[in-house]
Amino acid sequence: MAEREERRFAEVSRDSVKLMAESAGVEVGDEVAALLAEDVCYRLREAAQNSSQFMRHAKRRKLTVEDFNRALRWSNVEAVCGYGAQDALPFRPAKEGELFFVEDRDVNLVNLALATNIPNGCAETMVRVHVSYLDGKGNLEPQGTVPSAVQSLSEDLLKYYQQITRAILGEDPHLMKVALLDLQTNSKIAALLPYFVYVISGVKSVSHDLEQLNRLLHMVKSLVQNPYLYLGSYVRSLVSSVMYCILEPLAASINPLNDHWTLRDYAALLLSHIFWTHGDLVSGLYHQILLSLQKVLSDPVRPLCSHYGAVVGLHALGWKAVERVLYPHLPAYWANLQAVLDDYSVSNAQVKADGHKVYGAILVAVERLLKMKALSLSKPAEGGVGGQQGTAGGVLGFRESSPGLSPPPEPLSEAGLGIASHLQAGGAGCPWEDWTPVPLPAMYCELYSFFGDSLAVRFSTGPELEGCLPALPCQPADARKETVANAAAGLDNSRKMPQLTANLNISPRPDGSPHTEPPPPSLAGDGLNAEDTFHDVHRVPGQRSAGPSRDVFPKARFPPPQAGPPSFSFLIGGRQMGRRCQGRRFQTSFGPQPPLASLPPRAYAHKLPVIGRVSKPVRRWTCSHYSLHLPL
Amino acid sequence: MAAVQDGQVESDAEKETKPDASNDVAGNSSGGARSMSPNAASSASGAAKAAAPTGPGEQQTLLAVLQFLKRSKLLESVDILRREAGLSDELDESQTNDGAAAGSASLLRRVSVGGAAATNIAATTTSKGAEDQPDVSIVLSAYSQQGDPALYQVYYSGLKNFIESVLDCHRAELSQLFYPLFVHMYLELVYNNHEHEAKVFFEKFSGDQECYYRDDLRVLSGLTKKEHMKGNETLLDFRTSKFVLRISRDSYQLLKRHLQERQNNQIWLIIQEHLYIDIFDGMPRSKSQIDSMSGSLAGEARREANKAKVYYGLLKEPEIEVPLDDEDDEAENEEGKPKKKKPKKDNLGSKNKKQDPNAPQQNRIPLPELKDSDKLDKIMSMKEATKKIRLGPDTLPSICFYTFLNAYQGLTSVDVTDDSSLIAGGFADSTVRVWSVTPKKLRKVKSAADLNLIDKEADDVLERIMDEKTASESKILYGHSGPVYGISFSPDRNYLLSSSEDGTVRLWSLQTFTCLVGYKGHNYPVWDTQFSPYGYYFVSGGHDRIARLWATDHYQPLRMFAGHLADITCTHFHPNSNYVATGSADRTVRLWDVLNGNCVRIFSGHKGPIHSLAFSPNGKYVASGATDGRVLLWDIGHGLMIGELKGHTDTVYALKFSRDGEILASGSMDGTVRLWDALKAFDVETDDFTAATGHIHLPDNSQELLLGTYMTKSTPVIHLHFTRRNLLLAAGGYNSQ
Repeated sequence: MAEREERRFAEVSRDSVKLMAESAGVEVGDEVAALLAEDVCYRLREAAQNSSQFMRHAKRRKLTVEDFNRALRWSNVEAVCGYGAQDALPFRPAKEGELFFVEDRDVNLVNLALATNIPNGCAETMVRVHVSYLDGKGNLEPQGTVPSAVQSLSEDLLKYYQQITRAILGEDPHLMKVALLDLQTNSKIAALLPYFVYVISGVKSVSHDLEQLNRLLHMVKSLVQNPYLYLGSYVRSLVSSVMYCILEPLAASINPLNDHWTLRDYAALLLSHIFWTHGDLVSGLYHQILLSLQKVLSDPVRPLCSHYGAVVGLHALGWKAVERVLYPHLPAYWANLQAVLDDYSVSNAQVKADGHKVYGAILVAVERLLKMKALSLSKPAEGGVGGQQGTAGGVLGFRESSPGLSPPPEPLSEAGLGIASHLQAGGAGCPWEDWTPVPLPAMYCELYSFFGDSLAVRFSTGPELEGCLPALPCQPADARKETVANAAAGLDNSRKMPQLTANLNISPRPDGSPHTEPPPPSLAGDGLNAEDTFHDVHRVPGQRSAGPSRDVFPKARFPPPQAGPPSFSFLIGGRQMGRRCQGRRFQTSFGPQPPLASLPPRAYAHKLPVIGRVSKPVRRWTCSHYSLHLPL
Repeated sequence: MAAVQDGQVESDAEKETKPDASNDVAGNSSGGARSMSPNAASSASGAAKAAAPTGPGEQQTLLAVLQFLKRSKLLESVDILRREAGLSDELDESQTNDGAAAGSASLLRRVSVGGAAATNIAATTTSKGAEDQPDVSIVLSAYSQQGDPALYQVYYSGLKNFIESVLDCHRAELSQLFYPLFVHMYLELVYNNHEHEAKVFFEKFSGDQECYYRDDLRVLSGLTKKEHMKGNETLLDFRTSKFVLRISRDSYQLLKRHLQERQNNQIWLIIQEHLYIDIFDGMPRSKSQIDSMSGSLAGEARREANKAKVYYGLLKEPEIEVPLDDEDDEAENEEGKPKKKKPKKDNLGSKNKKQDPNAPQQNRIPLPELKDSDKLDKIMSMKEATKKIRLGPDTLPSICFYTFLNAYQGLTSVDVTDDSSLIAGGFADSTVRVWSVTPKKLRKVKSAADLNLIDKEADDVLERIMDEKTASESKILYGHSGPVYGISFSPDRNYLLSSSEDGTVRLWSLQTFTCLVGYKGHNYPVWDTQFSPYGYYFVSGGHDRIARLWATDHYQPLRMFAGHLADITCTHFHPNSNYVATGSADRTVRLWDVLNGNCVRIFSGHKGPIHSLAFSPNGKYVASGATDGRVLLWDIGHGLMIGELKGHTDTVYALKFSRDGEILASGSMDGTVRLWDALKAFDVETDDFTAATGHIHLPDNSQELLLGTYMTKSTPVIHLHFTRRNLLLAAGGYNSQ
């Protein structure tokens, strides 16, 4: 049994046998060791060959330790224990000497015991059936699609998910901010989307806790703003969660001390944001939202806070929504509201307070409706120019007045056209063109009958819109309004230009219709480049007119650089509402741009991403003054 | 051992003196010195021990046994044996008291060797072998000291040269000799402890062997010591069974003449002892003909093995004729549309009236009486059958794939009921899981106490006995202690059989979802089991190489089918329940007669262990799939291979004929389902000559017969099933790696 010259199989060497014998405390001679080694080799081969039978009958390609053990048991040999792990054991050489060993990593039991990532158990074994081939032809659907339980998350993702959710729902506001910011910018969390959506759908279970609701809504916002996420049909789920916050009589509202109004405002804002940016992902979404809002509004049994939610929701969706849903309902609703407001009994005090909220919300919505209506009417007459200008002014004014405590979603201004484009494209409601609105004067009269002077007063308070009311009945007022708008715009010019700069060189100008109004674009092109820190996308004309290209926009939502708008503000009047009003912040952005949708050509549209960059919400707005439903 | 040393000395001497050029001379001289020509050998040995009535070899054996018994102090047995064998005390005594017991010892070691050689060795070892006691195992083994180990190479290459120089027509036939000769010579060398020579021999000639023997050669090459030969099952088979070759008379004469001329008695002895040469008259076969039939562990099947008459026809179904009316009426009443079914039933009745001449007697084996529920089911199945789609090359079946997800335990077997309402999986974690694939959930029967409460007269008593609380989509059956390798539903869907590595077959009730019986008999893993198409009987086969036929109400097997040389890997009932087919790791398919337990067919031709079997619905054909990825088709009546379907790249684990037999579906480890045109494949005319000689010409038309290949995504196909309407169901466990 000399050394073999050529090896047919892996062999156990004489030395190994000796070593093992030594370790067992037996001294073995060379000859014995050689004999043993040879026999061991043979037995191993035999066992391996036998074990392959088990593999074959188990219909596998991979020989497992289990197979080998079974083969050993056949031949009355003790099975090898401790090697049943599924993954391969690394077999390593030691640095010194020709020593090989199976790597056996230390397991930290403490870590294991305290680990928070509890491994998700094996999913249940199940049978799925697919019609794979119909009449022997082709796959109907990809065969063997794996249910989501099978594609397990990687360890890291799971950890990330846990950390993020814990941070967001936890106590530490700073942590929460960090988590939200990461959620907004992380490009690798697509796999976690369903999980987050699921977490968010938990709003229903925390309706008693305003804080948690708020955090969940912030989570929604972060997800929506994350440019790397494709929300797909999850939009629906998100929308339903947000709608829940807007409309449901939350458990938290029972206590009048809870400021659930703010939550509703914020949720409404979020809703419109989701809708404007992701509405195209789900067909008929707009229509559905309107329907459910309308349902709530027309249901007198619902508590006032639900009605309030419906109103702010409509308001958030734009003045068109207000015109189409709220306005027709107003007469019927007014009676109910009036009854509440006229009841001066003590027991009714709380309800009455709620009623005033609703009243204020309606007032704000209606007022915007009137204003926008006026603008939209004026614009066609001016051939778009005035309209645009006016819009700019209007947008500006309201933007300024929106005291966003938390950063407003960037594509706010897009909303105005968004609604129109949606109507046009999706046909979710009646098409824009087919819409026959109530004539403005009639509308005004009717509204006046409800609100009386408060309506007029409110109009008059807005400095830039002063002219509107008088002008309402008559078209000629347009000119004046335009000037007003221009004046307003003039104020903003410093701010508005910058964002026009970069874009407008390529801009819609050439094709962009007869823009007669002097200041904005050209100026922008010229001098104000330096100030481009002021970029504010909301007023970029391109964006306003981006109606047709709206589908492009959401995909190009980049986290915009923080814009530093000047501390320019309008005092509309009344008390400053602070946080409360953040929901309204962008009401004003629903300018009468929609008609302009036809304006920007595609060539312009593809620039939008660049424009989008500047759409960073502004903290500074918080300090702007805003008051709408204050009188209550 | 004396003999060993002797051999080595000689071999060394030979090495020095023998240059390659003088191969033949050396071989001849040494051979000639020690023994005579093959023919002379037996006569010589006969003369030497003529006294013994049983022949020299057997007498030696007897003596050895006697010795053994004496040593073991079994004196009574010794007396009895002596009396019975007619051996005289003297002979025995004289042998043992010879003073040179070694002489007898080494003599004994040779079971059938030429006398000259024996004396030669005896003479040389007389002085040393005194301590050698004859050993039964050695005596009984077929190998013994033979000739000069160094000359084995010479012998072998001599034969090789000869075969390569003969006419082409004979060469192919004679080449069949290479493999068995090679193996036996190698084993002889190993057995006689010529390890080095054995190794050299192996290395020199293993490359010449046909590639399909590769697996066996691998086992062989691992075996280098005599001790290893004990207990090695593969080799045990080789030694105990004769390797069967079919050679034409002309070729055989040629070979014989050559060996006699060369006095190459070594090879001749091996041929005589270990090979069975089936000589036929007529044209020698071509290489391809030989290749298609060879490959099994023990060579081809002998011709006479496939001569028995097989009643492959289907039983007629008498129960349909009369009872159908009643049952049908009942069914109609329930459904309220009596008119539609009448004509259909008549059709079926008339079709069943003509008796298939090849069918067995109706009562050849007793079959269970049909219960009412069975009849109802038959009717259902016929109704379904009328809606069945006629398949063909132009109308291929739709395929539904049942994927087992999250089967981390390891899915090892699948079965689907005939009506496709239940699917069951056997798992490596010893469980059996049953799923309902219809909206009807699985329910257990209520407990005995609850059963007492129900109204037994109620019409819906069958419904009432079920416990609604236990309704679920799947049930798990616990009981085995090893992977479940085979499962089978009973035709009436009341029972499920499972066979496992723990050596048992278990019968489960699908009413109570409990184990009813554990059938113990196989002491080793049971690889497969299957119910008879008529229920009641079932067959199982496993590592112990014996297929057993059981009846559900007997705890011991009714028949044991022994004959396979390696594990039985799959078992299948013939549609008429009179026969059982078994596929084995010895690469043959055998057909057994349930009535008398005889093996009536041996089909050789596969080149790897057989893992799937399927009978055609008309009972005439059987298809078998093996690890080599080939599917072979066999004509049972003629006992012939009639087709070869090549295409799969891995083990074929599932085979199934469509309900009318037009399409054969095969599923494989390679994750594909392939459909084959069975009608065309069977459309081979077998003339009388072919039938008589068994020489087949296989057309290489796999590509024409292949109707479609359907991929899965990383899912091996381990079961196939055609629904009663000819929708193809396939099943397998998703493999995430």
